[in-house]
Amino acid sequence: MDIIVCIKQVPDTAEIKINPETNTLMREGVPSIINPFDLHALEAAVRIKEDVGARVTALTMGPPQAESSLREAISMGADDAVLLSDRAFAGSDTWATSYALAGAIRKLGADIVFCGKQAIDGDTAQVGPETAEFLDIPHVSYVRRIEWIRDGAVRVQRLMDEGYDVVESPLPVLLTVVKELNQPRMPSLKGKIAAKKAQVRIMGKADIGADEDSLGLKGSPTKVKSIFAPGTKTGRMMIEGGPEEQVDILIKELRKIKCL
Amino acid sequence: MDYFLDEEQLMIRDLARQIAEEKIMPVRAELDEREEFPWDIMNALAQSDFFGLYIPGEYGGLGKGGFELSIAIEELSRACLGVSTSYAANALGTYPILLFGSEEQKKKYLPDIASGRRLVAFALTEANAGSDAAGVQTTARPDGDEYVLNGTKQWITNGGEAEIYTVIAITDRAKGARGASAFIVEKGTPGFTFGKKENKMGIRASSTRELIFEDCRIPKENLIGRQGMGFIVAMKTLDKSRTGVGAQGVGVAQGAFEAAVSFAKERRQFGAPVISFQAVQHMLADMAAQIEAARALVYSVARYIDSGAKDVSKESAMAKLFATDVAMKVTVDAVQVMGGSGYMREYPVEKMMRDAKILQIYEGTNQIQRNIIGQSLIKESAKKRQGG
Repeated sequence: MDIIVCIKQVPDTAEIKINPETNTLMREGVPSIINPFDLHALEAAVRIKEDVGARVTALTMGPPQAESSLREAISMGADDAVLLSDRAFAGSDTWATSYALAGAIRKLGADIVFCGKQAIDGDTAQVGPETAEFLDIPHVSYVRRIEWIRDGAVRVQRLMDEGYDVVESPLPVLLTVVKELNQPRMPSLKGKIAAKKAQVRIMGKADIGADEDSLGLKGSPTKVKSIFAPGTKTGRMMIEGGPEEQVDILIKELRKIKCL
Repeated sequence: MDYFLDEEQLMIRDLARQIAEEKIMPVRAELDEREEFPWDIMNALAQSDFFGLYIPGEYGGLGKGGFELSIAIEELSRACLGVSTSYAANALGTYPILLFGSEEQKKKYLPDIASGRRLVAFALTEANAGSDAAGVQTTARPDGDEYVLNGTKQWITNGGEAEIYTVIAITDRAKGARGASAFIVEKGTPGFTFGKKENKMGIRASSTRELIFEDCRIPKENLIGRQGMGFIVAMKTLDKSRTGVGAQGVGVAQGAFEAAVSFAKERRQFGAPVISFQAVQHMLADMAAQIEAARALVYSVARYIDSGAKDVSKESAMAKLFATDVAMKVTVDAVQVMGGSGYMREYPVEKMMRDAKILQIYEGTNQIQRNIIGQSLIKESAKKRQGG
């Protein structure tokens, strides 16, 4: 079985700040990490490899420095790594990104494509499903458990607001996963040594047979009108007096704003 | 200080540190409190290839030496000695097979040990045989194609949890020191059961248990080396593993020292952080210097052993003795620097102090280490006189 895991290198948002003048992320000096949801996707793929045998390829689209995230993926059990990188991809929105990823996946071939449910920088959760649409294969999003894979089909549980759906799909399929699916492993020493020596294959626009007009900024229908950080609501009230008195005032105030 | 580790040694150190910080530190107090064997952490170490660190590549390991093993043990010990004892005892149990095992034994056992699928334990100590290994009373009687084991081993680290045991037993009492032999006994062999689990002062996450052999029959091919080599197997095994205990000392001392420094920076008395007082600075300075000296000795000895040196009893005894005495002193001082807080279970140093004590006792008390060094000195001076 061939499995492709789509990963994204993102800034560690726990450490990030927003530039108050431009309203954009200040990426300088912020460490890059593999999008945490993608680690669950990778873990799912590696477990399938351990259970029934599979070849796991980590795929990312990004600038040359994204290669380090692919090496990290190898240290955690991926067999191969492909970096989709070309100046023509710059400025891609989710549509253009999905188009390019689908092109690469079509060339590489996969029975299962895993993605994290969303990236922690953009938070759109669109790239996984859009990629499946470009590939014209079924997808199941928010997978929280894989029940079985056999006879060219898969049965999974899809996390819903209340409970979960049980979904069966033929292969090939694209699955986006939630963190409830598993606990990602630590890298292994053999994996780290392999990662250091591994050849990362680089694919550009020519390798995926892409239509130039569908790539990068040109191929991105999303136009950003403005970006702003929502203002924080302030205002507070200190209630004084003994406990009983305070409770009375609190109830009165809560009623006033119709919270009670 | 920079010890000029190579790229892969740094990788081993950093990954061991990551596991220690992410997997061990958050649960160490609870493991200690509940005396729970750290299976989750053992499994994480197995998945990250740490059990195969010192095992040759042909048996599924990474083919590194005692030096790399010491680096890993030090990092784990910085977080929890209970966990690092469970890990290091595995190497102790494996050395008899690695050093003296037949090709068949190595092929049969080492791959499972390297992958961490099966844990190992070393069984020498008995009620009447500790420092005096010649007091072993467990017997192994040859009977056709089998040996029949009878007796009780005591205080066996990883007892009950391990699946492979390397056991020293007497095959011919009349031959004295040459009457002992080493065997491999697998968990589940009829006649092999476990006795009580000990309730300990420290390293409470590790399992310490009795092994009971009652007419336990094992096949002849489970003899390690030749019959009568038991004490040689045991002594060479301990020579190899002692630096690991030294590395445990360096690690726990480092952990306690770091806790003491960060506390001393935060804690204010007389209007200033206590680290600004010379009395505290001098304690911390001594601790730092002692740890660095211990680390330098342990690393040097580990590298010396890995170079293939023949007789390493004296050097490995020095590394164990010095580093573990440092561990005891530094952990006691860390509690002192932290005062009342240091005594409380809310902070990690009281546990480190309780844990550190075992390092001066197990794998040969530090008094026995001094005996080993002393005997080497006598031997060396005798040689010199002959030569001169």
